Amino acid sequence: MTPTETNNAARIRIDQQLIAEMITPGSRVLDVGCGDGILLDLLVHDRQVDGRGIELSQEGVNGCVSRGLAVVQGDAQTDLHNYPDNAFDYVILSQTLPAIFDVKGVLGEMLRIGRCAVVSFPNFGYWRIRSVLAFRGRSPNSESLPYTWYESPNIRFFTLTDFTDLLAELGLKTERIVTIDGHGKANTRGRIGHWSNLLTEQAVFVITRK
Amino acid sequence: MTTNSHDGVGHTGESIAVEPTVTDLPGHRLVLGADVPMRLVSGQLLGPFTVSYQTYGVLNADKSNAILVCHALTGDQYVAESHPVTGRPGWWERLVGPGLTINTDDYFVICVNVLAGCMGSAGPKDIDPRTGKQFGLNFPLITITDMVAAQRLVVEHLGITQLFAVIGGSMGAMQTLEWASRYPEMVYCAIPIAGAARHSAQNIAFHEVGRQAIMADPKWAGGDYYDDNDAPERGLAVARMAAHITYLSDSALHTKFGRNLQDRQAITFGFDADFQIESYLRHQGRSFVERFDANSYLYITRAMDYFDLAAEYNDNLPPAFEDSPVRFCLISFTSDWLFPTSESRRIVHALNAVAASVSFVEIETESGHDAFLLEEPEFFRILSGFLRGAADQRKLASAS
Repeated sequence: MTPTETNNAARIRIDQQLIAEMITPGSRVLDVGCGDGILLDLLVHDRQVDGRGIELSQEGVNGCVSRGLAVVQGDAQTDLHNYPDNAFDYVILSQTLPAIFDVKGVLGEMLRIGRCAVVSFPNFGYWRIRSVLAFRGRSPNSESLPYTWYESPNIRFFTLTDFTDLLAELGLKTERIVTIDGHGKANTRGRIGHWSNLLTEQAVFVITRK
Repeated sequence: MTTNSHDGVGHTGESIAVEPTVTDLPGHRLVLGADVPMRLVSGQLLGPFTVSYQTYGVLNADKSNAILVCHALTGDQYVAESHPVTGRPGWWERLVGPGLTINTDDYFVICVNVLAGCMGSAGPKDIDPRTGKQFGLNFPLITITDMVAAQRLVVEHLGITQLFAVIGGSMGAMQTLEWASRYPEMVYCAIPIAGAARHSAQNIAFHEVGRQAIMADPKWAGGDYYDDNDAPERGLAVARMAAHITYLSDSALHTKFGRNLQDRQAITFGFDADFQIESYLRHQGRSFVERFDANSYLYITRAMDYFDLAAEYNDNLPPAFEDSPVRFCLISFTSDWLFPTSESRRIVHALNAVAASVSFVEIETESGHDAFLLEEPEFFRILSGFLRGAADQRKLASAS
């Protein structure tokens, strides 16, 4: 049998790279909104996880399955409830949260079916985004927000601080925060303050139930 | 999970022996149930009886590269070679063979003619030694569970403790699901294609139309037509014609035939086959009766009707797959209205509910249910990728 192609290192996003490093090898992982399966492929082949995926687009699903990944077509907002409690060690939601309508519901489901939720998202409070809005008067684009306003799948625009407020409101525990600045430099942070909200382009959170 | 719980309902009594009538076909034959008869779901005991199967490729030293292909209602074990009766290409010849998606240079492929079939496995046209006559409707009712139980005996006979894959479309998907549910430790991965965990009311209805067409043919004679060598061909042909429509789609029929006329310039104001679609269906009916036994058609359609994996679990599907170690890959086709995507999705939800490993894709095609038998590059690409990934995880050494 021919070996599976795993050489996707060049295409992996920085938040995906950071997430991969956070996942304990050999654990059970569900990647919600796994797209073309690059992160899942990396986790399965380099970190030997028992990896599963859900993806909304049929094109993404077909690509994943043809690469040998266990991925089903489904919607994070309607299909997570099928999974039993504590089925996974990690449930990953990378760059998908801004497109979710029922944010609280999805976070709740992630932490019901998984021990840890790993969430990455673009920070709407990043200074470049603020300045585009403030000084150019236009909807911001950036590498982590690459869509025009009329094509964007994103319906939730929130900042790091917004997100930490929500976690506090939901009584969830933040295990780890890694922020990524405009130069792609990652920093582990204990808390989010005004400056980190300003300087962070995107962030990865590891969340558990209290 | 209950394993091999063929606790039938009621009578046991004497074992029903079956003397084969079809003994001159290529491939392998195996006598089962000679020492210990097989208990059917109906409660009856079967044995000794014969099953016929075909294999392609070479079983490797540790017997880990076997793929069991389960055939559909009117299929048989001639997956990848010319059909011995019709001379037509094997029904999965474009998928199974050297260098193909199911590569017989790497895998050992097995396909068993189902119980109640008519290509060398015990069925209604075989001889009942108690009467010296062909069984007809005296043959015991067979279920999908029984078909799979017989296949399991073949697999064990070959010394295989775990099949690398079980794969099948339509009724083959039902058998695949039955395998995964009942003998999960014997299945590394399961690929049910265009299938369902139960036969729907609509599908039972179509089958009933087909059966009534056969039974309404005077030549059927209560199933006792073998002596006169005069089978209910008209009834069986009509059953096939009706069924064939369900295997296609409205758009496929429209694309292929439209309202085109058959070898004529205008309608004839009569009941001749004016339209190409009529001529096509008549041809499908005629060619089917050459190779298929009408009573087998009754029995096998009934087996599909009775299939409902959730029935033993209070209509709850997830427990049928509790703690399953099997890696599933479900495939459905957009224009398949006989086994629509919703049926596959129901299985996916049940598998998710027990956190089983599952892949699921829906292939865009206008070919309807038959798509699983046709040239569908995206389907082949996905199947090949899934098998490669599973072989990787299984650390399967190549047989070649």
